[in-house]
Amino acid sequence: MSEDLKGWVGQAVTRHEDAALMSGNARFIDDLSPLPGIRQVAMLRSPYPHARIRGINASAALNLPGVIGVVTGAEIAKLIDPLVSAVRAPVAYYPIAVDKVRYAGEPVVLVVAEDRYVAEDAVELIEVDFDPLPAVVDPIAALSDDAPLLHEVAGDNLVHERRFSYGEPDTAFNDAAQVVELAWRYPRQSSTPMETYGAIVNYELSPERYSVWSNFQGPFILQPLMARALGVSGNRLRLISAPHSGGSFGIKQGLYPYLVLLAAASRIIGCPLKWTEDRLEHLAASSSASDRADKISAAFDGDGNLTGLRYDNCVNVGAYVRAPEPASVYRMHSASNGCYRVRNISVRNRLVTTNKTPIGLNRGYGGPQFYFGLERVMDTAARRFGLDPAELRQRNFIATEAFPYAAPAGAIYDSGDYSKALNLLLIISGYDDLKGRREEARAAGRLFGIGFGAGVEPSGSNMAYVTLAQTPEERAKSGGRSGGTAVANVTIDPTGAVTVRLDSNPAGQGHDTVAAQIVADAIGMRPEQIRVVSGIDTEAGNWSLASGNYANRFASIVVAAITESAERIATKLRAVAADMLETAVEDVELVSGRARIVGVPDSGISISRVAAATHWHPSGLPSGMAPGLYETALVNPEVLDAPDGSDRVASAVTFGFLCDLAAVEIDPQTGRLQIHRYASVHDVGRILHPIIVEGQIRGGFAHGFGAAMFEELAYDEDGNFLSGTFADYLCPTSADLPPLDFAHSRTDSPANSLGSKGMGDGSSMLTPAVMANAVADALNCEDIDLPLTLDKVWRLANRGISS
Amino acid sequence: MKPAPFEYCRPDTLEEALEVLAEFGDDALVMAGGLSLGALLNMRIVRPEAVIDINSLAELELVEIQEEEVRIGALVRQAEVLGSADCRKTLPLLVEGLRHVGHYQTRSRGTLGGSVAHADPSAETPLCLATLGGEVELTSIRGTRRLLVEDFVLGALTTERVCDEILTALYWPAASPGTRIAFQEISERHGDFAIVAAAAWAVPREGGWRYGFGLGGVEDRPITVRDDLETGCELVEDPIEEIFKKAASDFQPMGDRRASADYRAHLAEFLGKSVLRSVFAEVNE
Repeated sequence: MSEDLKGWVGQAVTRHEDAALMSGNARFIDDLSPLPGIRQVAMLRSPYPHARIRGINASAALNLPGVIGVVTGAEIAKLIDPLVSAVRAPVAYYPIAVDKVRYAGEPVVLVVAEDRYVAEDAVELIEVDFDPLPAVVDPIAALSDDAPLLHEVAGDNLVHERRFSYGEPDTAFNDAAQVVELAWRYPRQSSTPMETYGAIVNYELSPERYSVWSNFQGPFILQPLMARALGVSGNRLRLISAPHSGGSFGIKQGLYPYLVLLAAASRIIGCPLKWTEDRLEHLAASSSASDRADKISAAFDGDGNLTGLRYDNCVNVGAYVRAPEPASVYRMHSASNGCYRVRNISVRNRLVTTNKTPIGLNRGYGGPQFYFGLERVMDTAARRFGLDPAELRQRNFIATEAFPYAAPAGAIYDSGDYSKALNLLLIISGYDDLKGRREEARAAGRLFGIGFGAGVEPSGSNMAYVTLAQTPEERAKSGGRSGGTAVANVTIDPTGAVTVRLDSNPAGQGHDTVAAQIVADAIGMRPEQIRVVSGIDTEAGNWSLASGNYANRFASIVVAAITESAERIATKLRAVAADMLETAVEDVELVSGRARIVGVPDSGISISRVAAATHWHPSGLPSGMAPGLYETALVNPEVLDAPDGSDRVASAVTFGFLCDLAAVEIDPQTGRLQIHRYASVHDVGRILHPIIVEGQIRGGFAHGFGAAMFEELAYDEDGNFLSGTFADYLCPTSADLPPLDFAHSRTDSPANSLGSKGMGDGSSMLTPAVMANAVADALNCEDIDLPLTLDKVWRLANRGISS
Repeated sequence: MKPAPFEYCRPDTLEEALEVLAEFGDDALVMAGGLSLGALLNMRIVRPEAVIDINSLAELELVEIQEEEVRIGALVRQAEVLGSADCRKTLPLLVEGLRHVGHYQTRSRGTLGGSVAHADPSAETPLCLATLGGEVELTSIRGTRRLLVEDFVLGALTTERVCDEILTALYWPAASPGTRIAFQEISERHGDFAIVAAAAWAVPREGGWRYGFGLGGVEDRPITVRDDLETGCELVEDPIEEIFKKAASDFQPMGDRRASADYRAHLAEFLGKSVLRSVFAEVNE
């Protein structure tokens, strides 16, 4: 530990980002005006969940003063190819409805006008002749034979089904002393970033190219997919990040179909276009986490050892399969054992299309849905067996000495000490005291419950895990896929100024600050002397397919590329300085802005002078040395190999760990939960910046708590969307969050030289299950669906009251 | 999320405002704090020809405290009443209710008059006004009239206001010494409109009590009862049952996606009896 204190990494230095954010000088996409003549876009969106488009009459709109033009789906479809995904079903996905609308809120006509007001006025003047069709929004209902069909050409709403088996699950269940089963519905939710989607898009005829400024977050594996849809080579589609992004949480991945739509529209209209999504559009039609109808079975032996798991996942993907879906159900797949040593696992994954908005990345991506099954079944089993749920988990944890641990479905867990972390949770939460209070409360007839959850946090994704959607044979045919490359570049210019370029494209997380800390340590300077450019401009070249801001990628992979490029710069600085000082390279160290003789404080020369020499006097460099200081590192973690023939894949680089506890009391009169304690212990490996880590932990908890208590993107049975405003989609405010007690339990990751693990999803994955477990314990019932609204909890607490 | 085109008028005097309003009539909407109207405009749920912004009308910003009643001008912000020591003394029930209205930030903009004029069935301010037996003042070029808030609010978002009238003030009966009050509500989140809110006050008078009791969020407008309670000193559960029944014997609770009718019915009884018990708590001692 004392090692860390020598450097900048690990210190709570002032965030570089904050001065601009706090003083109102940060520039977001809506603040930009990168070229003249930009026109504004508004969209006519479908009021129907399902309807055929028989005709569109835009003549009145076109006659409105200030209107430049309109673009329909039919025109777009002539210009672009559908957007593809890893699912092979013949489901054509265009970013605008062509002949049919399939969800309420789907774009139908795009209007371009002098300003957004006029554009919205014009939208109202467009007459669309819709022929409404019956709709289906429930994934199980969509599977029935007489369900309305979303895509006639697919012949079925079931667009993907795969079964997996690892170990001997059937034997485990045959031999089981006890089997615990749960079935539930997981609601549709959103991470609701403060800033909505925004883009400025321009088409140039000669040389032909598209330029796109936006708050798209990545992954940039979608860039070639977008270029393919637009029918241009990759170097003719330039994506540029806005200087700041007002939060993404995964959602701003779902912007990419709009970028293709706007690009094609810019070409048709012949001028640069700007679109800023409003909140109504965002809630209705951006991207939501999937609702699911899942089942889990868990086999236990007589001693409470978990011996087998069966997952039956039914994912409502919405109207289209939008890449990178079906990744949400495959992200946790190779870690299907969670934090336990169970090795017999079977999985069935079904993807169903319905008349809802297409799903996509949201914080925790697939994690909340996954853990709701696994962690609810653990607490349920403990209650049935009369075991303490903490003790049941301790019995089943992967042992500390087993790391690195090869999970049955292919994940390689880098490091961990789950038992130590859980013990720490019991201490910081005052578990013994809580159990005493529960006993007292129950004796007095009050409803007091304690819920647990524990899980791994996969970070730094393998770009290939989504290809589990294909059979090994299909994968072999389409060629190998693997990896998760990070790119970083460090330069020192002729004035001695240091610049770091990242491919992490942050949305407020503080990557600039941490990158500067890492480079400062490597080259003996102070973080504030280092400028960091973390937005991506694809034309500048510093990016890979994996680039972007997702899957806790920064502290798991990006830091390795930063370290590597900074080390290369340091090596060169030392070599040049040794030559200038006429000493051996081993005798030179970079400290406090100087290249000096090891251990001699006043010796040596300033780093900026060494750097200057590489630019101003290259022929004076040691022979064979290249001029300048410009180092780009592309780092691909070795572990991220292609899926094997048995559908095993190392899906991520680091696997952090977290465990949470909630203690609640239910007021049976009102259904109100009083949260007596919420505690959480995290293993994020080495902590690179304590305040940033704390912010992520608190934010992850806030998202998880909102998902547990309030949030649902609701539809009625006919497919009408009911959660179109923040008065209908309820996110917690700070006043609604209980205090969070948290602590760290550290095991360094061997995956990078810093020892850090990705983190950021955190309790957003566990809190929904933990809160449900606490309520289940308080009420001694097993079937709990989210969100835990007052009415629902009141009804559960007064079972017998007719609904 | 941009409003349809409308004419924006910001008159400097009430007289001017009334003239403009008379001219536009049904085609104009009056804006005070704009918290509800702003969203309705942006979502094009309302599309008036003109919006008459009354925020320059200084004469509507006054709080006038008399011995018997308090006149609160239509532009007085929720935050001002909450922060006023005089209002805490004379209008304790309202101040208690306002603590549940929105958030610190929204209360510096939201007005009491706007809330009553909007007549949301779950809003706290109209509930308090109705429970206290307060009145609204409506002004037009034809003159000024006062009516009981119960006669003013006809249903959800529906009032007795005629299209050329501006709600210019609220009249609140001032609390006399010894008044007890209680206000409770249940909402999904802090600051949300109530699922159910309950308000009660009671003041001793010779041979008994004068009291008021109200429920918000249950039906499409506040349910209220104000009466005298004759007492010996045998006050226990019974009068509470009686008052509750008097107010809510045949109510028809609303139901929606988040709160069903039977949950609302239960809350109405639970919260209603709770505030009644609270104001009559020490009566038997």
